[in-house]
Amino acid sequence: MSAGFALLAREVRLAWREGGAIGVALGFYLIVVVITPLGLGPDLNLLARIAPGILWVGLLLAALLSAGRIFDNDYEDGTLDVLATGPLPLPVVAGLKCLAHWLTTGIPLVLLAPILGLLLNLPMGTFPSLMLAMLAGTPAVSFVAGIGASLTLGLRRSGLLLALLVVPLYVPILIFGVSAVTPYVSGPNSIWPPFFILCALSLASVVLAPLAAAAALRTALR
Amino acid sequence: MISLANPTRFLSLVDRVVPWLSALVVIVLGIGLYLSLFVAPPDYQQGETVKIMFVHVPSAWLGMFGYMLIAIAALGTLIWRHPLADVAAKTAAPIGATFTFIALVTGSLWGKPMWGTYWVWDARLTSMLILLLLYLGLIALWQAIDEPGRAGRAAAILGLVGAINIPIIKFSVDWWNTLHQPESIFRMGGPTIDPSLLTPLFVMAAGFTALFVLLHLIAMRAEILRRRVHALQQTQVERAALAEA
Repeated sequence: MSAGFALLAREVRLAWREGGAIGVALGFYLIVVVITPLGLGPDLNLLARIAPGILWVGLLLAALLSAGRIFDNDYEDGTLDVLATGPLPLPVVAGLKCLAHWLTTGIPLVLLAPILGLLLNLPMGTFPSLMLAMLAGTPAVSFVAGIGASLTLGLRRSGLLLALLVVPLYVPILIFGVSAVTPYVSGPNSIWPPFFILCALSLASVVLAPLAAAAALRTALR
Repeated sequence: MISLANPTRFLSLVDRVVPWLSALVVIVLGIGLYLSLFVAPPDYQQGETVKIMFVHVPSAWLGMFGYMLIAIAALGTLIWRHPLADVAAKTAAPIGATFTFIALVTGSLWGKPMWGTYWVWDARLTSMLILLLLYLGLIALWQAIDEPGRAGRAAAILGLVGAINIPIIKFSVDWWNTLHQPESIFRMGGPTIDPSLLTPLFVMAAGFTALFVLLHLIAMRAEILRRRVHALQQTQVERAALAEA
């Protein structure tokens, strides 16, 4: 237990002190959202209608951009070999590193989303549902990214490959994430059905993704 | 399965099966094409375009069958370490991707006269497109890792993750949008397609399946031989290096 906390604390500390890492993801998110209206024209009604989609797509891309960081540094300097032979089972190590990615990238991105929503004229009534949906969905984003990061560990052009592998797996998160951004709290279009499915996706990936990531790490470390 | 673990035995089996299977493919596809192009009546609503279905539906089935095969082979790689499992998985990916691609292209050719547009973001089209993307990811991962052992295990993990995800993707895309006609062959209460169209469809499906198996066996043979050539070249290089030293 204490080894787990120590690892998690180390990961979070590294992400904060590395600087750049979190800032780049946030900056990328900002630039994706800023460039979209420039391509689509300044029609505020159109932007309000497509804002949830842009915010989710931008968040997924920004999270992917920083996903390589989950294992790369520790793989290069050999820390991962030490962790693999340490007291923690490898799936737990992989899970904690994905959790750290969520804490240091997922949550900052979710906190930035409503500010970017203002730029896109997202209706005020949908802000709470946007935050809830993103908080429920981003754990799945981080943990699935962890699978991709472990599969592409140490490969050439691993960043692009990671995106190609992981983006199709994000389709359900994107679909339910966008349909959960709605001002209704009851009725057929209410936030709750997609919100609970997002929760289910996150819970399932928190359980299953570390197993897949650990298996992939073993093939890379062999 | 265990006796086939010996690649040499597998190769001799392939050599014996391929001529017969080729003949079977030619005969069944010939009958199927004759039935579907000359015997099957045009649909009262869709006219002659209904005949695209005879290529479209079997391709779509085999696109999905290919991924199922990859998932089973992935279990073979990860659990039983069957030496041919990763060869099967690697060679099934491009073939499955091609059938998926054919299903998408024929679907869009059919969609132009029927729906008035080549592409609609309908649920089933979109799921097939995502299936194609999953295939491309698998192929890219195979290409990116040089060492076949690691590539096989990594692709097996990705294949299983994809296989777990496909039903979820299917469900979410259905929720997102539905325009494609509902399942009309395998459904409760029997098929809604007239038997005059159904018979050629099943013959074509059988022919396409045999074609898939034939292509897969040939591709597996090529992959095994390619690995042998590679191993031979490597030992030659090592021997030359030893001789120089």
